[in-house]
Amino acid sequence: MSPAVLMFLGFIAITLWITWWAARRSAGSSAFFAAGRTLKAWQNGIAVAGDYMSAASFLGIAGIIAFQGYDGFMYSVGWLVAYLTVLLIVAEPLRNAGKYTMADVLAYRLRPRPVRGMGALSTLTVSTFYMIAQMVGAGALVSLLLQGTGITYQTAVVGIGVLMIVYVVFGGMLATTWVQIVKAVLLMAGTILLSILVLAHYGFSFSSFFDAIGQVTYTNAQGQTVTQDFMTPGLRYTPPYGALDLVSLGMALIFGTAGLPHILVRFYTVPDARTARNSVVWAMLIIGTFYILTTFLGFGAATIVGRDFIAANGGNNMSAPLLAQALAGDLFFAFISAIAFATILAVVAGLTISASTSFAHDFWTNVLHGGRERREGEEVRVARVTAFFVGAISILIAILLGPNANVAFLVALAFAVAASANLPVIVLSLFWRRFNTAGAVGGLATGLVSSLVLIAMSPSIMRADAIFPLENPGILSIPLGFLGAVAGTLLKREPQAEHKFTELSVRANTGLGAERATSH
Amino acid sequence: MTPEHPPPNADLTPHAGAATDVAPLGRTARKPPHEQTADEDRDVADWEGLAATAEFKALLKAKARFIVPATVFFIVYYFSLPLLVGYAPELMARKVLGVVNVGYLFALSQFFMAWLLAWAYVRAASRFDKMARDVIDKGGR
Repeated sequence: MSPAVLMFLGFIAITLWITWWAARRSAGSSAFFAAGRTLKAWQNGIAVAGDYMSAASFLGIAGIIAFQGYDGFMYSVGWLVAYLTVLLIVAEPLRNAGKYTMADVLAYRLRPRPVRGMGALSTLTVSTFYMIAQMVGAGALVSLLLQGTGITYQTAVVGIGVLMIVYVVFGGMLATTWVQIVKAVLLMAGTILLSILVLAHYGFSFSSFFDAIGQVTYTNAQGQTVTQDFMTPGLRYTPPYGALDLVSLGMALIFGTAGLPHILVRFYTVPDARTARNSVVWAMLIIGTFYILTTFLGFGAATIVGRDFIAANGGNNMSAPLLAQALAGDLFFAFISAIAFATILAVVAGLTISASTSFAHDFWTNVLHGGRERREGEEVRVARVTAFFVGAISILIAILLGPNANVAFLVALAFAVAASANLPVIVLSLFWRRFNTAGAVGGLATGLVSSLVLIAMSPSIMRADAIFPLENPGILSIPLGFLGAVAGTLLKREPQAEHKFTELSVRANTGLGAERATSH
Repeated sequence: MTPEHPPPNADLTPHAGAATDVAPLGRTARKPPHEQTADEDRDVADWEGLAATAEFKALLKAKARFIVPATVFFIVYYFSLPLLVGYAPELMARKVLGVVNVGYLFALSQFFMAWLLAWAYVRAASRFDKMARDVIDKGGR
């Protein structure tokens, strides 16, 4: 058995033990959906970082930098800056005024049924797209990493799917959180170690490291060997639409992160708004450090391994693992591969729990049954069943799509929907007295539809004859989302919503009457 | 302070000494705050009254005074990066130290900008927390 398989089995053993431990402690809705609201700031902070740093970050960004140099590094900046929106605008009011889901805050002063129905639809859309992207990526990656061990794409996808179902169904939010924490610590350890090895390769001399970045040799598309300064902008984002596409992507990140359901639900797992705020700061420290270190991972792979070698051995996603192999041999390659797998597993578990929470709490309990459980524990039971179905459907779709499906656009789509549908209605509901139900439904629907349509018309789907020239729809779909929300609001007045705004504002700003932590 | 003869049906707890903090037996009075569950807490506050207090208005103003400029600042700072790279590539490619250029330093500075702003916000927010407690104390239950 290869060392990578052994290490991954070790990770599975630890996470299953966590799940067993969490299952024994977990009882009741607040425990299942929000870990009893008892997490500490550092715990939730690391878990937020873990939820956020997907395989796309770890493998993808290292790969983009290795292949496109400076432009890849610039791409990574937005992922941290986005957390300022979460910190300054969304995290604390959400914790103060909500219970389990994003739609809680909307339903506070608007008519709950339409708002929760649309909120659940948008949450499920974002989570499913994001999850399918992760699953397909994971399957392809695993069959590459574990070549020759007999583990195929299908086995990998089914394995990941079954594990994530087990974590969520049996361990709820508590188990999911600790799986994230373990994974985030491993990911940071691997990244720091790899960065130190890169520096050691250059004799701990920054100047020789940067000199090497100044002269990267590779074979270009025409088959000529060229030497290029990888520090110079313009290798990825080229005219005429490059800069606009990057601005559009930046908008999706800056406004979308604060609308990602699996990030938002994390702020319900802490006792109060102050802890929610501190956990964002913890997350920012970890995420920022990680993305700064991608300088070493990406440029290290470009200078030490070389673009041609990576391209011949699995493509740009393999940059980080191949760098590990070049610097410290097969065992370290196995370690980095196991981390990549753990990363994917933890992220899909986080997505599954946010999707099933939204379905059970928003749709089942509140839309279908008027906000009441008919039997004690019904909401949790429904969430468990949903988690099972969400998992099963994702496995099925990922297998049907196959390992070679182009799924990168699904991540762009998830962020675009979060930014164009979710964020406008959250912000307007918290800060605009006049905002009403028609506005929320209008905003969610416009944001959702415009993101889907623009992606369908983009180069990701239509290739050369794209009607919409950008890969990221944010620059158009976010203003459209806001516009839909404002237009819907202005259609008619809703005195009840305006009256309840006062209450929401006092609650959101003071924390009076906020959901409390429950002890086990 | 307390009436000599409590009305019938009201609290039968002896009213010697300080105002009791035990739930009244008579069920007509409100439970003391620490005995309320989150559900019972739902409508105890006089939201309109609290919103009208000078303390609450001061809190909203103080928050807006920090959050609005901070948000505008980080959005402008962040989007100048892709815009400058797209429309002033010569400036961004200018070397500062070895191969390290303006563009790389500017991108790197974004991380420190985000951390500094987060630190400044946490400092300001501890002031907001204090003001929020004043609002709650003032509002009483």
